[in-house]
Amino acid sequence: MGNKQTIFTSQQLDAYQDCTYFTRKEILRLFHRYRDLAPQLVPLDYKNQPEVRLPYELIGSMPELKDNPFRQRIAEVFSEDGEGNMTLDDFLDMFSVLSEMAPRDLKAYYAFKIYDFNNDDFICKSDLNLGKTLNKLTRNELTEDEVRMVCEKVIEEVIWTMMDRLSLEDFQHMIMRAPDFLSTFHIRI
Amino acid sequence: ESAEEDKKTKGRGAKKPAAGKRGKAAASEDGEDEDEDDEPPKGRRAANKKKAAQADEEDSDDDIPQRRCAGNRRRGKVRESGRDGENEKSGRKSRKGGNKKKDGKGKGKDKENDKDSDKDEKKKKNSSGDDSKSDEEEESMSEGEMAKLMEEVEEKKKLIANIRNKPWRMRRRLKVLKEAQQFVDKFEGALGKGKGRKLYAYKVMMMKKWIKFQRDFENFRTSCIPWERKIKEVESHFGSSVASYFIFLRWMYGMNLVLFSLTFGLVVIPEVLMGLPYGSIPRKTVPRDEQATAMDYSVLMDFNGYCKYSVLFYGYYNNQRTIGLLKFRLPLSYLLVGIGTFGYSLMVVIRTMAKNADVGGGDGEDNEFTFAWKMFTSWDYLIGNAETADNKYASITTSFKESIVDEQENQKDENIHLRRFLRVLANFLITCTLGGSGYLIYFVVKRSQEFANMDNLSWYEKNELEIIMSLLGLVGPMLFETIAELEEYHPRIALKWQLGRIFALFLGNLYTFLLALFDEVNSKLEEEDSIKNASIWFVKEYYANYSANNPNDTGTPPPIDPADIIRGPCWETTVGIEFVKLTISDIQVTYLTILIGDFLRALIVRFLNYCWCWDLEAGWPSYGEFDISGNVLGLVFNQGMIWMGAFYAPGLLGINVLRLLTSMYYQCWAVMACNVPHERVFKASKSNNFYMGLLLLILFLSLLPVVYTIMSLPPSFDCGPFSGKERMFDVIMETIDLDLPAFMGTLFGYVANPGLIIPAVLLMVLAIYYLNSVSEAYKNANMELKKKMQMARDEEKNRRNNKDSTNQVMKDLEDLLPNRAHAPPENRAEKKHDQGGKSPKVKPGTAGGGVHLQKDVSLASANPSARGPVTRAPGPRGPGPLPGQPGPGRGQGPPPRRQ
Repeated sequence: MGNKQTIFTSQQLDAYQDCTYFTRKEILRLFHRYRDLAPQLVPLDYKNQPEVRLPYELIGSMPELKDNPFRQRIAEVFSEDGEGNMTLDDFLDMFSVLSEMAPRDLKAYYAFKIYDFNNDDFICKSDLNLGKTLNKLTRNELTEDEVRMVCEKVIEEVIWTMMDRLSLEDFQHMIMRAPDFLSTFHIRI
Repeated sequence: ESAEEDKKTKGRGAKKPAAGKRGKAAASEDGEDEDEDDEPPKGRRAANKKKAAQADEEDSDDDIPQRRCAGNRRRGKVRESGRDGENEKSGRKSRKGGNKKKDGKGKGKDKENDKDSDKDEKKKKNSSGDDSKSDEEEESMSEGEMAKLMEEVEEKKKLIANIRNKPWRMRRRLKVLKEAQQFVDKFEGALGKGKGRKLYAYKVMMMKKWIKFQRDFENFRTSCIPWERKIKEVESHFGSSVASYFIFLRWMYGMNLVLFSLTFGLVVIPEVLMGLPYGSIPRKTVPRDEQATAMDYSVLMDFNGYCKYSVLFYGYYNNQRTIGLLKFRLPLSYLLVGIGTFGYSLMVVIRTMAKNADVGGGDGEDNEFTFAWKMFTSWDYLIGNAETADNKYASITTSFKESIVDEQENQKDENIHLRRFLRVLANFLITCTLGGSGYLIYFVVKRSQEFANMDNLSWYEKNELEIIMSLLGLVGPMLFETIAELEEYHPRIALKWQLGRIFALFLGNLYTFLLALFDEVNSKLEEEDSIKNASIWFVKEYYANYSANNPNDTGTPPPIDPADIIRGPCWETTVGIEFVKLTISDIQVTYLTILIGDFLRALIVRFLNYCWCWDLEAGWPSYGEFDISGNVLGLVFNQGMIWMGAFYAPGLLGINVLRLLTSMYYQCWAVMACNVPHERVFKASKSNNFYMGLLLLILFLSLLPVVYTIMSLPPSFDCGPFSGKERMFDVIMETIDLDLPAFMGTLFGYVANPGLIIPAVLLMVLAIYYLNSVSEAYKNANMELKKKMQMARDEEKNRRNNKDSTNQVMKDLEDLLPNRAHAPPENRAEKKHDQGGKSPKVKPGTAGGGVHLQKDVSLASANPSARGPVTRAPGPRGPGPLPGQPGPGRGQGPPPRRQ
């Protein structure tokens, strides 16, 4: 390879290529995107894996995310500390899952986590309304009654088990059938 | 039985959160665990290696002491349990995958154990005698161990390959990957013995090389995919639906590039390099009377003059059997490339369709999950533009409202007669339009044939056909859109109708054009006979004159100037020129439409807005939207013309590649500069295969006329690679007779025998029938399964209703969840009362915590004895967080959907 890069060792790059759906070039591009968010914080040498975390405010301001109503959730889910502050690993992880190549199962798993606002491994009604999924999607345009009805409908459609909340299986079962989940749950970087 | 099942699900439900929490908490533990997992084998193996040499010398597979075996097993157990732990962990994270893996591993373990016990017995027999030796060979490898190791290495390899599919944190993934790689590196070399070892090492090395090569190749391939960033830009501004057009365009470009290189590499370039040069024979020369104007711009623009007698068109090619030093069989190659173009296109289109269908997953037809899908999949994560996001929010809200309305009142029937009448009227009007456009084209083609015999035509008269066709393509869709407003269909259905109608229009136009063209071809064929005689007569006369004029000259007369020989009309070139002209005018119209309809409009709206009486941007003209369906259809039809024309004008493919290339940049620019995001965002993914289906249909329809001409029309006598033959495909017969060994000829003779073809066709029909019925059966089975699942689900729900009141413990547990605590209880209790009293059978549409409520209600009707506990309504039992207001839709909700 002609252009010598000094950010990662080649083993690191290979490992990243094994762990994500990206090619070498894309990984480097992602690194630069990451670094551009805070050039003063991120070193240009990742060979000994410095502990750098970018705060959520920076991550959320990326053009890819800034108009996404779920950006906070995405950042929280993919960040190791759960607060939306991301290391480079988290960052790569996030875009790898959201890339075109990621399989349906993996995407469904993370989509579930994103919509599971209270992290209790179930999507319950409180995850759907009350300023959560539905209101984020419609910007509070629906009346309270409409919101309630939609939530009920969703639960009723999807639920298999005794609970009145969605488990991961329910969610996967539903999302696997969705015609445009794959095409919309992805971010081109 | 039901209770048991119940418990199971409950148990699962109860366990899950705990498991999940543990999984989360154990993130750090995991690493350590795995370290432990791997430590013992590593240590042991290291020792193994040291002693391997000794062991080999002694050739002592059989007399391995029992002690070691015991130790081995113990260690194995430790390892296994460790692995189990790991399994559980991954199982927790992704339950399905985990389970599967566990199964596989379980089996593997069983096998191992079996083997081990076998060994044990054997060893017991032997060990009594040579206990003394035992210590030395302690660490040598046994077969079983080898197998185990091998298995483990394989497993690790699999892990490495699939690690990116694991929903783990990157840190953990990296760690596991590193460990697995180290493990593999360490022990891969230790496997295999003697001769086998070398081979194995070699294999491993090659494998590594291969993987590296694959990765590099993959890197290279992705870097070759063009316009990734452009498409991303469009995508983030307009969402996935508009981007799907550009992806389609890119796909088209790729396919055309292959067709182009096929044609140019095998037909055009050999002819240019090895064929006779321009001016050497009549077909490669401009006739004398055209030579004066042959270089004029207007003539060239009509693809006459030098253009007509160039490598771009069929007529230029010579019928020499082989050309150049390489003995390249150009006529054969021409025919095969013509057929290969269609073959390749068919293959690619069908493969893409199959892949789309595979990836597409859900059919989306069954509206089982209307609301859930709207909720979880309607946001387009690609959107990275505030305006688009606004539109998306609006459209999601609208779609929710629509479904709510649909759900509330299934069908409002107001004046159905008027609507029916309007729809019939609309369809009548559209049929009239279609017929009219067909007739217009027929008329114009007829007129153009008349014009062809006249001189000094105006520009319009020369290009009338192309102009009319393009205009029809422009006006027709607009007309349809206007007429479609009469019908008042749901926009989604309206879009489908619209697409179907435009398709019919284009197709009708294309086929009328073709029919008229065939008329022309037939007349040319008649004309040709007389010209042929005249041409031969002319040559003979020339020689006769020559010998008469120069009676003393005995040598051969000087050849006639190729420009002077009388030519036939060469209908193939005419057809080719028609298609090229059509394509060119299509390009012009498309580009002009974009320039005027989008760019100029945008300019006017943008800059006149400062001094206009109303708001131009918000009001009437506003900015254009990107017309996805129109553009895709345009692309599809353009491709149809290319397929049809490419056989008669090999240069058409080059023109098309240029067209697609420029239109990628041009349209990308136009859409970013002049268009605004759609107000109604439609789904793209589903229609992807729809477009592909249109493409396939067009491909088939354009295949027909070409195959017809190849099979049944005689080629022109003095132009093209097949001149002088009865039919074009005779060139294949000729090759078989002259170039292949004789038995091949007889073989082909047998194959072409109707006695063989008819059974073959029959067989194929039978196969199709069989496959069809099999797929039908699968479909039925699928339906059956779906029904069963539905039933199971209903049953589950019913059971849940019944259990609801009795299983207080669970309920109370649920109620203790923090986010339910704040729901005011009194309100709900009250409502339950009045719900139960009012209409026990009707589903409450919008009641708070409706699921429970509804269950309670239906319970009340089904099992009156259980009503007591329900109406008791324990205080803090708030299933829904929202306080229930008696909504407008309540009580008059939809009829129960699945019962």
